[in-house]
Amino acid sequence: MAFDLGPHAVFIIAAYLGVATVVAALIGYRTFEARSVSRRLSLLEEASGRKRAQ
Amino acid sequence: MSHSQDRPGFWTRLSNPGQFLIWSRPLVVPLVVVTAAVFLVGLWFALVNSPEDYQMGDTVRIMYIHVPTAWLSQFVYAVMAVSAIGTLVWRHPMADVSMKAAAPLGATFTALALYTGSLWGRPTWGTFWEWDGRMTSTLVLLLIYLGIIALWRAFEDPLRGARMVAILTLVGAINIPIVKFSVDWWATLHQPASVLRADGPTMPGSILTPLLIMFGAFTLLFIVLHLVGMRTEVRRRRIASLERRLAQRGA
Amino acid sequence: MRRAFAAIIVRDIRLALRAGSDALTLVLFFVMIGIVVPFAIGPDRVLLAQLAPAIVWIAAFLASLIGIDRVFRDDFEDGTLMLLRHGTLPMELVVLAKLIVHWLLTAFPLILATPVLAVLLAMDPGALWRTVISLILGTPGLAALGAIGAGITVSLRRGGLVAPVLVLPFAIPILIFGVGAIASGIGPDLTGSARLLLAAISLMLVAIAPFAAALAVRAGED
Repeated sequence: MAFDLGPHAVFIIAAYLGVATVVAALIGYRTFEARSVSRRLSLLEEASGRKRAQ
Repeated sequence: MSHSQDRPGFWTRLSNPGQFLIWSRPLVVPLVVVTAAVFLVGLWFALVNSPEDYQMGDTVRIMYIHVPTAWLSQFVYAVMAVSAIGTLVWRHPMADVSMKAAAPLGATFTALALYTGSLWGRPTWGTFWEWDGRMTSTLVLLLIYLGIIALWRAFEDPLRGARMVAILTLVGAINIPIVKFSVDWWATLHQPASVLRADGPTMPGSILTPLLIMFGAFTLLFIVLHLVGMRTEVRRRRIASLERRLAQRGA
Repeated sequence: MRRAFAAIIVRDIRLALRAGSDALTLVLFFVMIGIVVPFAIGPDRVLLAQLAPAIVWIAAFLASLIGIDRVFRDDFEDGTLMLLRHGTLPMELVVLAKLIVHWLLTAFPLILATPVLAVLLAMDPGALWRTVISLILGTPGLAALGAIGAGITVSLRRGGLVAPVLVLPFAIPILIFGVGAIASGIGPDLTGSARLLLAAISLMLVAIAPFAAALAVRAGED
């Protein structure tokens, strides 16, 4: 660590790392969800469009 | 009224799910960039460019992530309550979507507020968990969020589920102040009131600057995640209706 | 309108008494908690007397949570609720009638059974009196919350476990002031103000519940 966080550094680092991990997980989950849902939607739209065309 | 045929009006554009997908699309990337930038500045202030507090020492740095998450735990509930009114009064599909996308975010930020609060409490109070008024009412708020999420998951029909969740959310909005008051009453009943005063009488500017920037950063984070979540939820509903239509045509 | 209201109350009470044992089972559950707790704590009479208000309220709390699902369940399943919805009586009054019946069948017997617990838990007469008063003031609020939870979950086939989970956090103030109205901790005597606050919360919940639950019942049948 480049800077000194005093005697309670463990708690501060744990707090920041914990929040960072959870926020990263949240962002990752929302991104993953968004990707998979929109891929599925475009597949379905293609399928229904083809059916309509026939 | 004829002009609304080719160009939808402002409210239609705002509220129609398909229009929502269109107008919110160009917002996502700029918002992500701004949020990341504000976070970088905020973290720099919080970890590097701010002095330690004369009483709390360096543990004051936990406050820069604790107080914004605690604020979001209540702000997200307010967003859900306003959306609940939209669901019940105007039966608006976008209000349903907003409620549904907000609930897991609220629960997560509330859990983070408790986590950082207990890590802050250990050095300053000497214990990870103290049954003081604020921490206890935050814990109750987490329970309420989890109840709302459980209710969302229990309903298969999202329309009916949305109205039930809206009723529960509004009952909660009436009840949360009472819970807060009762828990404060209870906490002062069982312990002398002078022990726990974590917030000092006044905040010097050196603490206020990083705190306000982190407030902005976390609020922006919520807005981005909420927006993306709403977009996903709109698409998910469209998938459900398309699947239904395909199944009908196949039958 | 008043006759229809009274008719619902009489009908529901009659049905419950004919089916018989439900209210008695709840009383049994309530008393059993009071019997079981000393086994966990030990037969120390001083300690038990100190914990008695908390034990009685926890028992009442759990008993009222157990009974929630029955408020609308039967009427929903046999279609009575649908008929009542299209009857002359507004749904809000139907819910109020159900709420009164629910309280009479689940909370009132518990209050009658409290002296038994008081003897077992070494309460003095003054504490018993304060306990009965606080139960009378607090249980309507619990019943009202139960009615809201029941209304929200009635259209769920497996709503039995969801409703108590939804209601429990909102019932915490009732628990706090309910116990506070029996015995306050260190410091000045606050039982009087706790009693007033308890009554205020109960009244508010009873006022809200018919509207919230009626809204939920209507939304559940669409």
